[in-house]
Amino acid sequence: MRMPHAETLPAGATRGVAVGLFSASRHLLGLDGMPRTTLIEILDAAERDLAHLAADRSPRDVLRDATVVIAMFEDSTRTRVSFQIAAKRLGATASTFSSHGLSLSKGETLRDTLRIFEANGADVIVVRHPSPGAPAYLAGQVESAVINAGDGMHEHPTQGLLDLMTLRQAWAGRFDGRRIAIIGDVKHSRVARSAIFGLTTLGVAVTVAGPTTLLPTHVERLGCTVAATVDEAMEGADAVMALRLQRERMDQGLLPSLAEYTRVWGIDAARVRRMRSDAVVLHPGPVNRGIELAPDVADGERSVILDQVANGVAVRCAVLRRAAGRDG
Amino acid sequence: MSHVTVIRNARHWKTGEPIDLAFQRGVILEGAPASADVTVDAGGAILSPGLVDLHVHLREPGQGSRETIETGTRAAAAGGFTAVACMPNTEPVVDNIAWVEWVRTRARAMASCRVLPIAAVTIGQKGERLTEMIALKQAGAVALSDDGHPIVSAATMRHALEYACHAGLPIVCHEEDPALKGDGHMNEGTLATRLGIRGIPAAAESVMVRRDVELAELTGGRVHLAHLSCSASFEGLREAKRRGLAVTGETCPHYWMLTEDAVAERGTAAKMNPPLRTERDRAATIAAIQDGTIDCLATDHAPHGEDDKRQPFEMAPFGIVGLETALALTITGLVRAGHVTLPWALQLWTEGPRRVFHLPEVRLAAGFPADLTLIDAEREWVVDPEAFHSKGRSTPFAGMRVTGRALATWCAGELTHADPSLPIAGRRSEREGAALA
Repeated sequence: MRMPHAETLPAGATRGVAVGLFSASRHLLGLDGMPRTTLIEILDAAERDLAHLAADRSPRDVLRDATVVIAMFEDSTRTRVSFQIAAKRLGATASTFSSHGLSLSKGETLRDTLRIFEANGADVIVVRHPSPGAPAYLAGQVESAVINAGDGMHEHPTQGLLDLMTLRQAWAGRFDGRRIAIIGDVKHSRVARSAIFGLTTLGVAVTVAGPTTLLPTHVERLGCTVAATVDEAMEGADAVMALRLQRERMDQGLLPSLAEYTRVWGIDAARVRRMRSDAVVLHPGPVNRGIELAPDVADGERSVILDQVANGVAVRCAVLRRAAGRDG
Repeated sequence: MSHVTVIRNARHWKTGEPIDLAFQRGVILEGAPASADVTVDAGGAILSPGLVDLHVHLREPGQGSRETIETGTRAAAAGGFTAVACMPNTEPVVDNIAWVEWVRTRARAMASCRVLPIAAVTIGQKGERLTEMIALKQAGAVALSDDGHPIVSAATMRHALEYACHAGLPIVCHEEDPALKGDGHMNEGTLATRLGIRGIPAAAESVMVRRDVELAELTGGRVHLAHLSCSASFEGLREAKRRGLAVTGETCPHYWMLTEDAVAERGTAAKMNPPLRTERDRAATIAAIQDGTIDCLATDHAPHGEDDKRQPFEMAPFGIVGLETALALTITGLVRAGHVTLPWALQLWTEGPRRVFHLPEVRLAAGFPADLTLIDAEREWVVDPEAFHSKGRSTPFAGMRVTGRALATWCAGELTHADPSLPIAGRRSEREGAALA
């Protein structure tokens, strides 16, 4: 679903569910509503980028005349670095702003700031923002292509795409009939939302489990099922995705203790054995070792966490090329 | 202003019977003279006592970029209103007699309808020290409210209700538990989950409704529940009435017109507090209007600057304008939709609010104030925010085809609004602001 925001609408117009959000524009705002064919196109493109990255470490010239601005209105290390490397490998001029360097505190509006980037010649603006829908709002305000690098609890579409890419590799190219368990703090997780939107579109059955205080209201209406226990969620699954637990959830009164979380919702080797023999373990990182994942699971042979990171650069190459109109 | 105005060929709002009505010096006359200084041919339109809105943000003092007493009351007159009660959550807060007098003085000079100031319950709306309620009443406050800032402490609320009895004023309660609301921005439900927007559960409202119903019983104070939006709140109000408590309640047009789904279509133009809820709550709103649980309707007219509303959803402020669409949404969404009759709907904008705030009665009879609204209940039009008199433009109803419009409004006998189509022969009234005080 396209994020709501207040742009001027013609009388009687509705903003509604955007079908083909990505294919209809160069923006990448979310995986909600993105058609299966578009998802597959991006994954295929990312596989080609992955091959390029492996074969030749020198920059390509595919985006040599393109300018990419990476605007981080919220702390980011992993995603920022991944986008920077992707832009560099494609030969783009890339510039990164972090929230401390921005003048928003001086009363400049978000819209004004992004228009400055645009005036500086940005073809693509990669934006992370704590407010859900901020990238969609900006996409309506600027001519540059906008890529969502995480907007509050809403979506993190490049993370969702790299998760899909990693699963497709692990699952020998077949999504249909697969089942994945997503465990933990779904409520606050944009990673979980993007994963759920993408996976359900591709025909993967999604089961979530976690403390009720960390599951969003009516999460089942996103097309997933809710399991009462982690064991039930993981039984016979083809993959498990553990979500990062923020320690502030204890201070917010949402969880009693890390020890209890680990005991009830942590993933250890015994729980991994409940899945199919070829099932894999994903985590968006950074891992709280010994909390969401037992160390031997995080580092174990079923873990594809490092594949996720490598695929992340490839996915970001693919979406940057697409946003700049050079998807060939 | 000694000339006589006569309205001919109108229909009585309650009976539908033909009515001619004349007034002079702001007061309705006995019978209708054969000749008058001003003659209005109503052409069969409905003549009603002037509409009253108990919940309006005129934004003055201090927030004149969003709305002023002048622009807000012009919007009110255009919408058929002859009186609005204005909320004290301004800058500074209207929490002393000086600011109440300031609002009334400014209204005398600028307003196109009666302006009834609501004063704060606590100093600065901080929920701590009580305001001088008795003096505020004497200065002209018609009610007390910390609207926008719910009184968290039940003890403070108790004492406020007890003390307000001395002033004989109701406390208008913005029912919201701030902790349950948290940092929510729309109804907690399917759409909020999907959009990753933090939700506000309906219980954030209804738990406070329940608390204040109990405190009304404890104290004997008058509680008026503002802008109720959810099924559980209506149930709480219903129960209070069964128990015979001095509890009244209002709801707003958007709660019977829309659900949370409007957020996906209208963005920040559908962002208000309390938020749009579910279809079940919408149906409960209509049921509460039908069965008399709701005492009056109100707009919660809350104008904001365009730049403030043109932001990502969570960053934009709560609030939409309502004065210029309320009558049409009432006729379109309640009367033409078959839920209530026109007289039932209109009493919720006329007799209902006057009863709730103990305002002087207005009847279409000799000796009563000439606060009148002439309504074309068949007129179709398209909501165009650019045509609003209000400075606020944010409404989820932009572009919507609606039915029903105020053809003319007289406040204390003064013509404050007239549709260009309405034939008015003779001398129009001279502006005489003091009549509105």
